[in-house]
Amino acid sequence: MKTYSYMAGTQTYQFADLKTVLAKATPARSGDHLAGVAADTYAERMAARMCLAQIPLKTFLEDLIIPYESDEVTRLIVDTHDKQAFAEISHLTVADFRDWLLSDMADSATLKCVAPGITPEMAAAVSKLMRNQDLILVAKKCHVITSFRNTIGLPGHISVRLQPNHPTDDMRGIAASMLDGLLYGAGDAVIGINPATDSLPALMDLYYMVDEVINQYEIPTQSCILTHVTNQIQLIERGAPVDLVFQSIAGTEKANKSFGIDIALLKEAQSAALSLNRGNTNLKNGGNNVMYFETGQGSALSANANFGVDQQTCEVRAYAVARHLSPLLTNTVVGFIGPEYLYDGKQIIRAGLEDHFCGKLLGVPLGCDVCYTNHAEADQDDMDTLMTLLATAGLTFIMGIPGADDIMLNYQTTSFHDALYLRKVLGLKAAPEFETWLKKMQIMDANGQVQSVKQAHHMLQNMPKHLLSA
Amino acid sequence: MKNSNDTSSLDHRSPEAFQQDPWHQLKSFTRARIAIGRVGSSLPTKEVLDFGLSHAMARDAVHLALDVDVLEVDIKQHDFITTRVKSMAGDRATYLLRPDMGRRLHEQSLLQLQNLHQTKPIDFLMVVGDGLSSLAVARHAAPLLKEMRKLLPTDWYAGHVVIASQARVAIGDEIGQALNAKIVAMLIGERPGLSSPDSLGIYLTYHPQLGLSDADRNCISNVRPEGLNYQAAAKKLIWLAKEAMRLKLTGIALKDESDVQEISQQAVINLPT
Repeated sequence: MKTYSYMAGTQTYQFADLKTVLAKATPARSGDHLAGVAADTYAERMAARMCLAQIPLKTFLEDLIIPYESDEVTRLIVDTHDKQAFAEISHLTVADFRDWLLSDMADSATLKCVAPGITPEMAAAVSKLMRNQDLILVAKKCHVITSFRNTIGLPGHISVRLQPNHPTDDMRGIAASMLDGLLYGAGDAVIGINPATDSLPALMDLYYMVDEVINQYEIPTQSCILTHVTNQIQLIERGAPVDLVFQSIAGTEKANKSFGIDIALLKEAQSAALSLNRGNTNLKNGGNNVMYFETGQGSALSANANFGVDQQTCEVRAYAVARHLSPLLTNTVVGFIGPEYLYDGKQIIRAGLEDHFCGKLLGVPLGCDVCYTNHAEADQDDMDTLMTLLATAGLTFIMGIPGADDIMLNYQTTSFHDALYLRKVLGLKAAPEFETWLKKMQIMDANGQVQSVKQAHHMLQNMPKHLLSA
Repeated sequence: MKNSNDTSSLDHRSPEAFQQDPWHQLKSFTRARIAIGRVGSSLPTKEVLDFGLSHAMARDAVHLALDVDVLEVDIKQHDFITTRVKSMAGDRATYLLRPDMGRRLHEQSLLQLQNLHQTKPIDFLMVVGDGLSSLAVARHAAPLLKEMRKLLPTDWYAGHVVIASQARVAIGDEIGQALNAKIVAMLIGERPGLSSPDSLGIYLTYHPQLGLSDADRNCISNVRPEGLNYQAAAKKLIWLAKEAMRLKLTGIALKDESDVQEISQQAVINLPT
């Protein structure tokens, strides 16, 4: 096995292996301390970065941080690596790679061509040498465009997942939050419900309810019920109107096993969803992106399945799983996991920018649940900072929850108002098909601003009756 | 701030700046922050302040230390004997950063439990831990214990109620093991939400011992008057405990078939409109 070292001043720093270099080069965060893989001193962290900077990108294809034999995510990364795409950057070290990414040579078209040649470990490595502004600048150049009933990820656009959760899945409660969001111009990424139940008949009812609303108003968007993938496959078999299939994924086989999934199961779910032909195949991008994934730094460690790999590198490996399944959306739920993984606003902001950059670099349509829990050292000001930075970086989508307060999952995220703020300050638009609909419904005016809604508005008058009567 | 009228003046919005949402009536279906209106496309001042207050209460629930003296008096009022222990996490910052330390007993506490004089083996051990909301424990632990006592089979010996500070759920395993209990019911403050800073959770574990995982437990969540009330929670818990005794297990294999219908109705009725 290769060993790695770096001489800084008079001291030589030794690193046992490649994953140790990666871990110790990572900007400080509580989860890596909890895992016992973080740098012990500031100087050791910089020495690890300097060591990492000199490593050729090719090394990441040879010196595997989790063995090929024991991990299917590693096998996926190695077996699907596109050598032709890699040729453009195969001569670079990690330091050169950063310089190349920031240079004007790496324009949007080139980055798209190179993406299949970039492995998660290369993306994670280079991100550890990048400052926040570097993560923003390069991510903005990476365009990842997907489609189902509308087109997501076009430059100059930001979409919103409408998340109308209710603690007891009360249909009228969910419908009320949905209506609130739609009238604020939210919901183009997906209308995605986290159900409290895992009873199949109750989930079936939720599918039919959202589908009814989408059909009633002919909304060019898609629905998703965020239950276990095996439930969704069963519901598809029973005829449920399933648009997107959801699953939480992680970056190691063992962590995925703790979620009760493997790559084959995800493939099966993708085929099942595609068999329903519910997307708009007239769209330029084919309307064939049927998966919705969620990820987050720390998930591998919390399943005791990180194998000494730092949490950010584990996270980027999850994007390799996502990339393999051509998702419509992938969401890093950055601050949900708690302060033992990301302690405060600073760590959450850094992690959000890293995740978005690495996902986009690999060609994954990354959105971000810009969020925190009440036991983290963070508040809504930190969320303002992160959402503004991410939207500047070309973030694909954010969450939209009434007043940013999720009363079912008990955490704070972003609101419908926040999405309007981003669109106004940065001149961003909703997905084009959805924006046309918003204007038709007189929710948005000709200038793209949200309009005032009267009591007599079509949306308020024509909700399915059983959803709005007491 | 001059007087309390200043707060109500926030409701007196300048009509040209504030855009009301004409779907107020939908608020009766959910406690989500819907129909809050807007100024331009931003949040009205009142909403920013309301949200700030809710967040402040949730933060205090996490960070204010549990007043164990007061809790002990409350619990003793219902004829329980109590014992205090603490985890290996010495302070709140350590507790938040090192969940592993909150799951283990401080060595002095372990010794203290091992030396506790017991007249007979414990069937049903009750542990109260601060968890992530001292507010939940301060408000709901004593009244819930009172309801549990009413339903506890007379031939079950409960022994001391153990009060654990800087505690995570799994500390109940080590406490149960030290006291040789058949079952442990861990009452613990849940991660506070903005609209529920005082939610209490109950975790039931058969044959508690070090090394168990959440898959080995049954959980009852959101115990508080606005969620699952004390009587309903106690009823559910004792039903599960009796089943656990019969099947000699808790966790995934023990399905909750207590009267779910009745309980969910209860929760809906209690939603403020």
